[in-house]
Amino acid sequence: MARLGEVVEKIRSKNAGPFWVTVDIFCGSAAVFEMVQARLDTASVCHLVDADPLTAKRFDIDELAVVKFSFIRTAVQGSRFDRDMHGAQLAVLFAEMDV
Amino acid sequence: MPTRVLIPAGVLGLGFDQAALDNGVAARPDIICVDGGSTDSGPYYLGTGTSKYARGVCKAEWRALMLARATAGVPLVIGSCGTCGTRETVDWMFEITSELAVELGHSLKVVRLYSDQSADQLASAFADGRVRPLEPAPSLDHASILSCSHIVALAGAEHIQAALATGADIVLAGRTTDTATIAALPLSRGDHPGAAWHGAKIGECGAFCTTNPASGVVMISFDETGFVVEPMAADARCTPHSVSAHMLYENSDPFILFEPGGHLDVTTAHYTALDDRRVRVQGSRWVVADHYDVKLEAARIGGFQTTMLAVIREAHYVANCRQWVASLTAFLEAKISQSMSLTADDYTLEFRLIGCDAALGALETSTVTPVEVGVLLIITAGDQITATDLSKLINPFLLHHPLTPHEDLPTFAFAYSPAHSDRGALYEFAMNHLLRLDTPMDGFVVQTDEVNNG
Repeated sequence: MARLGEVVEKIRSKNAGPFWVTVDIFCGSAAVFEMVQARLDTASVCHLVDADPLTAKRFDIDELAVVKFSFIRTAVQGSRFDRDMHGAQLAVLFAEMDV
Repeated sequence: MPTRVLIPAGVLGLGFDQAALDNGVAARPDIICVDGGSTDSGPYYLGTGTSKYARGVCKAEWRALMLARATAGVPLVIGSCGTCGTRETVDWMFEITSELAVELGHSLKVVRLYSDQSADQLASAFADGRVRPLEPAPSLDHASILSCSHIVALAGAEHIQAALATGADIVLAGRTTDTATIAALPLSRGDHPGAAWHGAKIGECGAFCTTNPASGVVMISFDETGFVVEPMAADARCTPHSVSAHMLYENSDPFILFEPGGHLDVTTAHYTALDDRRVRVQGSRWVVADHYDVKLEAARIGGFQTTMLAVIREAHYVANCRQWVASLTAFLEAKISQSMSLTADDYTLEFRLIGCDAALGALETSTVTPVEVGVLLIITAGDQITATDLSKLINPFLLHHPLTPHEDLPTFAFAYSPAHSDRGALYEFAMNHLLRLDTPMDGFVVQTDEVNNG
């Protein structure tokens, strides 16, 4: 079974203001985009990052072959329990997902 | 006539390619706009009213931009001065500008735009129902508003236009939306409003929308129907993909962007390559809001911190490090209660196991055993003396705590003496709210000075 990071072009995550984090999955081709789109279900992704599915946002952007998720941060940026100010290491969880 | 906005970099302090800047000046811009900051680096800078970037670095880069301004003969605008855009950092940029004006022999009209909001006035606005939460928002009440060390409102295009209308050579703006400095002039000249905001968003990180992000400099040309983005570095290119993909960056929604007075909708935008380095964009829409709302940012002290770092190399302890932390935590809680009479509400001990799960915490999925583990302990208490005293109590146990009672005491590696580091105040973001204004300039202040004028 392949990992998501091995089949797509790039995955990045980043804080989107102090209260949100966003994950961009650049699929690199229409074929990979269709596969990723079909296999990534939002509920599983929310479970992976401990996010509330009711507030999570998902954008499937076929012009860019990108699947994008945005989540409310579990700890506000820079607060006492925040572990990753810029949220950039969250992308690794996605890259290591089996698809 | 298109309006040409030269953007030297994503932020002052990060650097840019001087040759690309020279190309940009030679291409006859109508204005030069650069950002000075954002919340990206966390709450400390807003909490303290200080800059993330070094003064000397900012001064050297600002010198290059002031020279570019003099050569081009156009206004130079910086938004969100000094990372956080508070009064202190606007004045810090004014001081730098004044020094450079003397050094360069420039006589200038320098306009400061202050975005700071008084806590008392904001508390009144809150009581009047003019402060509304975004999702998610920290809870707010009268006392929590007054506890903030700094509160700023994000200025919009109207505020930058007001500053430019004074005939300013240089505008030093407090906290401003990333886009407003760039969108202001095209909007006041009657260029397409959707294009003005969309082009501003594409250009606000400088050359991030190109194939060579480190080169910094881009030119955006706005007109009645759209905009063209072009990198100024010889080896950089813009493609429809590099430009459109920038809408994803740091945006929770890649199609909708809220600004004071309305929102940008790029759902129907289309991106066309004019050649192998320029992209034209049309079809974006600006939707005017019924009210003029500005976003608020605030920071307050959330405690005081001391950190400690121990390194564990012994394989048995590395393999059982989580169990060790659980045992140590239970021991310390009892010891702290007994020796310092503190309860669980008075402090927190955050153990971050570097090598195991320091970045991801409970989300970590890997179970690989590392060769060694860094134990970063973050102590937070209500004042610095307590946080420091806690670290001194903890010190021998972080060094020697055994995994089980019936074994020799281990000794882990401390990297330096003293083993604790006081961090001072922990600041936290305190607002994610909108403030409704009757007119855009409410609560904003414009101050004009003639600098080095004879």
